[in-house]
Amino acid sequence: MKTITIAPVTRIEGHAKVTINLDDSGNVADTFVNVVELRGFEKFCIGRPVEELPRIVTSICGVCPWHHHLASAKANDAVFGVTPPPTGIKLRDLCQSIAFCSDKILHFFFLAGPDFVMGPDADYSVRNVFGIVQSNPDLGKKVVHARQLGTQMLGIASGKSIHPVTAVPGGFSKPLTEAERDKLLPMANEVLEFAKFAIRFAKEDIFPKYLDTINILGVIETGFLGTVTDDGTLNVYDGKARLMKPDGSYEEFPYDQYTEYIGEHIEPWSYVKFPYAKKWGEFSMDLDNPSGIYRTNTLARINVCDRMATPLAQAELEEFREKFGRPAQQTLLYHYARLIELVYNAEHVVELLNDPEITGKETRVPVTPRAARGVGCVEAPRGTLIHDYETDENGLITDVNIIVGTTHNMAPINMSVKQAAKTLIKDGNYDQGILNRVEMAIRAYDPCLSCATHKLDGTIPVKVEIRDACGKVIDTIAN
Amino acid sequence: MAVKVAEEWLNICGGCEVTILDIGEPLLDLLGELDFVHMPVLMDHKYFGQTGEKDQMEIPEADVGIVSGGVRNEKEKQVAEEMRKKCKTLIALGSCACFGGIPAMANMFPLEALYQKVYRESKTTDAADTPQENLPPLLDRVYALDEVVDVDIRIPGCPTNPALIVKALTALLKGEPFEIPERSVCDECPLKREKKAAGGEIKRTLESMEFDQSRPWDNTRCFMEQGYLCLGPVTLAGCGNKENSNGEEVTVPRCIKGYMPCRGCFGPIRKGASPLVDMMTAISSIGLDVKQVPDRRALLNRYIGGQNRLRPLPVRPK
Repeated sequence: MKTITIAPVTRIEGHAKVTINLDDSGNVADTFVNVVELRGFEKFCIGRPVEELPRIVTSICGVCPWHHHLASAKANDAVFGVTPPPTGIKLRDLCQSIAFCSDKILHFFFLAGPDFVMGPDADYSVRNVFGIVQSNPDLGKKVVHARQLGTQMLGIASGKSIHPVTAVPGGFSKPLTEAERDKLLPMANEVLEFAKFAIRFAKEDIFPKYLDTINILGVIETGFLGTVTDDGTLNVYDGKARLMKPDGSYEEFPYDQYTEYIGEHIEPWSYVKFPYAKKWGEFSMDLDNPSGIYRTNTLARINVCDRMATPLAQAELEEFREKFGRPAQQTLLYHYARLIELVYNAEHVVELLNDPEITGKETRVPVTPRAARGVGCVEAPRGTLIHDYETDENGLITDVNIIVGTTHNMAPINMSVKQAAKTLIKDGNYDQGILNRVEMAIRAYDPCLSCATHKLDGTIPVKVEIRDACGKVIDTIAN
Repeated sequence: MAVKVAEEWLNICGGCEVTILDIGEPLLDLLGELDFVHMPVLMDHKYFGQTGEKDQMEIPEADVGIVSGGVRNEKEKQVAEEMRKKCKTLIALGSCACFGGIPAMANMFPLEALYQKVYRESKTTDAADTPQENLPPLLDRVYALDEVVDVDIRIPGCPTNPALIVKALTALLKGEPFEIPERSVCDECPLKREKKAAGGEIKRTLESMEFDQSRPWDNTRCFMEQGYLCLGPVTLAGCGNKENSNGEEVTVPRCIKGYMPCRGCFGPIRKGASPLVDMMTAISSIGLDVKQVPDRRALLNRYIGGQNRLRPLPVRPK
């Protein structure tokens, strides 16, 4: 028996390795995505004043600190039993959507993009954003600028764009001045123009070339989880959970009831835990007969929602559904869905900045410590993010439970990697291009293993297959 | 000839790497003079050969090595040692590499207590043994990078300021020394100080500070003097950049710009300083009672728990 180790998995956030075991004839016997890191936030947050947590949990992830910051602030609202003033909520929502824009640009162009722009088999030394900058300087300059715009906008709105401080229990620490709003609006329009360019570019120049791969690589069949408003519209700041089965039927629940729906399974080979829908039965990652498995992140949100709140994104959703149906199961479609969400968030930022209430002066209500429990939830780019806190009468933390976006996808990532490796590696034949294709299956999920390892350090093995609409495997990716 | 750069991340959140990207267009200008040879977040160079064919971890030789994150497990220790071996100049980027960072708050607990909470005592978890198959064992605590290998240049901050990265790289390209002046956040902060507290008790950030956004910054009273614990007096300056605000040129520390007090993310002003002791003095000197600071030890060591500043408290006999 031979073992192939892909270490480290690259162009993802955080640490993982893929272990592929081959049988005696050189075919894939098993695969593991080992997540090798553990940090223990749930332990060391105990004893801290609850209002300090929005400034501590941000360090779970420097790529998506705003989402941890906001989920934590919302958990604080619940612990203190307050509702922020409308302007406070809108300022949080504004930062949430700006952060979403930067995150999508980062992932599509800097992390996953090189596989498509430079090609999956391109030499590893140029299959990266530096390669894109060299071979297409105009595109390189454009994406570097567009991503940085978001950072600058968050700096203007809040002072600190990474590991922010302005979402506080009861609202937002500062109003947005009219001068700040006037600075932000042209920048927001520029991001929106870039979003329109990005989805056009992908639909015309990228996706058509990879349709076969999309239909094979890492394709698995799962359920989906995402957040919608009462009328089924996708929302990333607030709403209720919609948990969809593979057949498209769904149930909904308020997030403070998440413990009745979601369990976390432990495997001996990864420090990361595996959330699953416990009402659907025992946890199983068996490719032919999975159980309890659902996915989160862009494709999940696009699948569970009935509509988008903004016109351009709604048109994109309709076009997507026309092509791929609902729910779409092809793993590489995460990239397509990511760009639809980029358009939505860019439109939403412009909309919020044009709302007169965004410069309101009432942004925060004072709070008083008490013994309570509070659950705060937002959609992070990588999926539904749940922060659950309990406090004593002085407002000091007595218990913390956090389920982050990426962890929901750990079982699907493992399944996609296994599917990809089994399809791509035959009779002991593989090369760096094949192993990169396995990694592409992981990258589609844009995993953030910093987030996932908020608990401890671990490595996760991954492989991916792409199938056509009939379920036939078209292509596979393994690292 | 271009300067070869290798970048690695250890016990991290990824914020330092995003900060490198936040350099933005000046980074594109620098790229002509830099040749990145290894950087897992953006590039596909692997440790054991591109198809995993080698037995030994190998990082290419480089003139400059940049390492973010503290050291939490055996694998990270090995990567740190390999980076030191292969890089002529080693930069510790960010407060995790410099001091352990927020993850080093875990140093207040024995490792077994972390495992117990995460794998056996969490609300939604189906309890099980601690995973250990094919995984690098964790070290007993989080170490700052300089506790494991020698470090040449430190760029602290959580995350740091992109301008400081540019300054350090530019200095290296020119063969000049790079240093951050030993000034405090207060030395830079434009808020108005009267050297005494407005009176009353130390307050938690449960309500809004008093401020007036329509007037220059020096019309707003120092947050510490308003009674809100602010770590500005004991924290290294460097997070803010010069900007024009209400017609004046000021450098506003980042958190102050968000109308929130400093929590010390750039670490101590000079090597060997004890922010905990120095902060107690600062609080007393303006007439406030240090005993009122809630969760003092964790709050004043939030970013600097490596280097033995945070450790498990002895268990008192019952």
